[in-house]
Amino acid sequence: MSSIILKTAVRYLLPILLLFSIFLLLRGHHLPGGGFVGGLVASIAFVLHSFAHGTENTLKLLKYNPIRFIAMGLLLAACSMFIPILWGYPPMTALWVDRMIPVVGSIGTALFFDIGVYIVVVGAVLNILFTISLHSH
Amino acid sequence: MELVLVVLIGILYATGIFLILRRSMVKLLLGIALLGNGTNILIFLLGNIVKGSPPIIGENVNILREIYADPVPQALILTAIVISFGLTAFAIVLLHRVYAFLDSDDLDDLNTPDEDI
Amino acid sequence: MLFTVLLGFIVAILPAFLRKVVKTRWLVLLAIVPSLIFIYYLFQLPAIASGSVLKQSTDWVPSLGVNLSLRLDGLSLLFTLLISGIGIGIFVYAYEYLKKHRYIDRFFTYLLLFMSAMLGLVLSDNLLLLFIFWELTSLSSFFLIGFNNESEGSRKSALISFTTTGMGGFFLLAAFVLIGDIAGTYNLSELIDQGNIYYEHPYYPLIIAFFLLGAFTKSAQFPFHFWLPGAMKAPTPVSAYLHSATMVKAGIFLIARFTPILGGQTMWTAPLLIVGGFTMLYAVVNSLYRTDLKSILAYSTISALGVLTFLLGVGTKTGFIAAIAFIIAHALYKASLFLVTGIIDLKLGTRDISVLGGLGKTIPIVAFSAVLAALSSAGLPGSFGFISKDLIYEATLGSTIFQPESTGHYLLIGLAVLTNIGLVIAGFLAGIRPFTGTPSTKIKLPSKIYINYKLWVPPFILATISFVLGMLPHLPSHKIVDPAVTSIHNSITSADLALWHGWSVVLALSLVTLAAGSALYFMIKPSHDKEQYFAKWQVASPQNIFAGITDVFKTMSMSITNFMHNGFLRSYTFKIILFAEILFVYLLWQDGPIYIDYSQLSSISIYEVITIIILCGALLLLLLSKSRLTAVVATSVVGYTICLIFVFYSAPDLAMTQFSIDTLTVVLFVFVLFKLPPFLSFKNLKTRVRDSIIAIGFGVIISLITLKVMQQPFSSEIKDFYANYAYTLAKGKNVVNVILVDFRGMDTMFEIVVLSIAGLGVYSLLKLRLKSSEKE
Repeated sequence: MSSIILKTAVRYLLPILLLFSIFLLLRGHHLPGGGFVGGLVASIAFVLHSFAHGTENTLKLLKYNPIRFIAMGLLLAACSMFIPILWGYPPMTALWVDRMIPVVGSIGTALFFDIGVYIVVVGAVLNILFTISLHSH
Repeated sequence: MELVLVVLIGILYATGIFLILRRSMVKLLLGIALLGNGTNILIFLLGNIVKGSPPIIGENVNILREIYADPVPQALILTAIVISFGLTAFAIVLLHRVYAFLDSDDLDDLNTPDEDI
Repeated sequence: MLFTVLLGFIVAILPAFLRKVVKTRWLVLLAIVPSLIFIYYLFQLPAIASGSVLKQSTDWVPSLGVNLSLRLDGLSLLFTLLISGIGIGIFVYAYEYLKKHRYIDRFFTYLLLFMSAMLGLVLSDNLLLLFIFWELTSLSSFFLIGFNNESEGSRKSALISFTTTGMGGFFLLAAFVLIGDIAGTYNLSELIDQGNIYYEHPYYPLIIAFFLLGAFTKSAQFPFHFWLPGAMKAPTPVSAYLHSATMVKAGIFLIARFTPILGGQTMWTAPLLIVGGFTMLYAVVNSLYRTDLKSILAYSTISALGVLTFLLGVGTKTGFIAAIAFIIAHALYKASLFLVTGIIDLKLGTRDISVLGGLGKTIPIVAFSAVLAALSSAGLPGSFGFISKDLIYEATLGSTIFQPESTGHYLLIGLAVLTNIGLVIAGFLAGIRPFTGTPSTKIKLPSKIYINYKLWVPPFILATISFVLGMLPHLPSHKIVDPAVTSIHNSITSADLALWHGWSVVLALSLVTLAAGSALYFMIKPSHDKEQYFAKWQVASPQNIFAGITDVFKTMSMSITNFMHNGFLRSYTFKIILFAEILFVYLLWQDGPIYIDYSQLSSISIYEVITIIILCGALLLLLLSKSRLTAVVATSVVGYTICLIFVFYSAPDLAMTQFSIDTLTVVLFVFVLFKLPPFLSFKNLKTRVRDSIIAIGFGVIISLITLKVMQQPFSSEIKDFYANYAYTLAKGKNVVNVILVDFRGMDTMFEIVVLSIAGLGVYSLLKLRLKSSEKE
């Protein structure tokens, strides 16, 4: 499944798709998009890379085993859930920083929750696909 | 259009059920996927479908007014789609394992409760 | 009082959990538990004897009328003393008897459980509490009977006794509920104070029927007696404790306990007299041709229980006195006979009296206890058995159910005499035959057998007590028998048990019984031939009838299971779907016609038509294709067209998600596809047609349901809530996303957890299993 054309295309496609996925993630709060879609697009990017360069190389590129992504994402989402407790609010209360930050927009616990979702989706999808692909060969 | 979708739901369900009743495990899996799709449309339809006005609040307003699509079923379906992927993946791997073990795709061959699969 | 009940339950947990820590020999210390309880109740004797009733109550489920209320009166006290007193001996004996057994710790757990349940049963002052303890005794005796769970016979007997007594338990519960409902209270003391308020109630016969079914199954009355001989598969200490001294007497206890509440009517006494009378004769005849010592004892126990039922049926004060005295006498001599049998079984490996003999010289101390017990059972003057036998005759002579000197009256007396003669023989067979005469050549007797004191002391003490009480009958008379009878008869009683009543008909009957029994004992020689001859008559016995009924049920459930649970997945699916269809069709039909409001429908455009056509084409392809790849592609086309529908109808988030997921699903299938088998096609036209009909039917039903739901008035409350507050509260303009990450964030949290579990599941299913199993 590796051709020169695909490899070359992927070299450009991977960063573009990843950027696009982050774009989807960040704009999700106001426009269509969000953690789920963003995560799925990012996963597709890595899957394309694995088509071109082989799953082992993609895993090297990721540095960490996808299982760690799952753990990190869950941790981030859970933290953003419970952080409001520190300020005396019930869990899951959305807290927002008043100032707008360029590019990212407004920052709040819901954003971190969405980022957690994003990471979990990437981790789980890649974990499933890569495990299967490694064991099918 | 609603009536067409109602018929479509029926067709999706009928096809799904027919596939589930086959002996092949792959068909069973595809049948379940179709049932999931049918259910998604069912939920979607129950929220009153609206053309061209997604549930997104406009630039300078704070509240959604006029006609807009119901966001609640959409949120439900979005969840369902992602979960169904997890389900499909898990089922495929199970199928893969069973096939590796039994060397058969026939559900009737699973009828051996004593074996350790 | 509550403490004595709970103590056993608490301690019962210990042996099970401390088996690694506690050495087996420490288990004998558990005998302290019954000892403590015994001493506690001994100290209650003076208070109870003076006529007071102790009560104690703790709230448990007050809303349902279930409270931990306990009541100690004469009757309860008698039973608590029996349970704990004989319990001490049994605990010591059982330790020695089973100390080499792997699961001895487990045994003591069950035994403690049983003892506490039994104590709770006799002390309960609440009907429902009593029922709970009643069932607990059944349950713990199930474990005790099936203790040797490697043996099939043992398991089967445990099951039979459990189903029989359990079935009785249901009837008992029904009776209790009726009683409690009519009286308006479940409190036993209040019920006793009310007296028999039921005898004119239309449900009175029903209550009595249910109640007696419960009591008779537990106390092994004909035709439910068959579980007791089967229960002899239990280790002998269990037989001695449960099946002679305590548990089987629970039914008797219950009848006695409810005599002031339900008794005093012919409808109550007649069934007791008939069933008790029949059981006592039937069982004693059955015991005479047995060769297994435990069988003989089992049948003579059933007979003794019949006598007790009979005496309670007589219903006079003398009848109750006789019953109480006989409970004590029987518990003492039968327990020691069982324990002696256990020693013989343990040391010689056989219980067959057609081969045993001459053991008197080998194990004199055991023989001594056995003979004492046998003599007490025969009613030799000087034993407590003699006193109770006297009372039995006195009660029978004084029974008021028939006119004095009528045929019925003589019939009852004849019945009692015959039964007692039989009991004399049975007692001698079990207690004297193995120790006298010469042993059969079939077994080799060792010249000297060492018997640990823990084995021989308990039966020795029990047998000796029989004679001590027999010589000094005034000892139990005032302290134990009087209060016990008082609590049955509701009047101050003075039994005045005495060794010598002067020359009378009763004494004559007693002596005749003893003489006839002894004479017949020398004539009866149990042998296997006789046993087999009588076994032929067992075809029509209640046990076989019950077994037949169970077999019918078994076959029936087997055929139903085979039809419903045949192991074919599609067959299950088929049945479930068919059932759902029938249900839905019925509901739809009930619900009336469907209206469609055409004005509410949106128009249809050409893009949509094309999309739908593509979708249907993909489905058709999916159904017809013989290649997996085509099928997978067709499925993803279905997904993409649905994605388009989402686009048309203002759901951009859904469209994007559906698109990505479909792409990934295709990738998933592609990864494993060449590992998957080709499609199977079984060209069976008939099943295809059948499945098509079912599938199309289901599709139509779902469509109809959808229409039905659409005609419901639509509430926009929730929708408006999110529309109004998405930005004002959650600062997001994409309402769907706001719902996901904010309003329903907890759900999303769980969703990603599920997704993670799916991911981990895939990982473990493939990676971990491959490592371990496929290397082989």
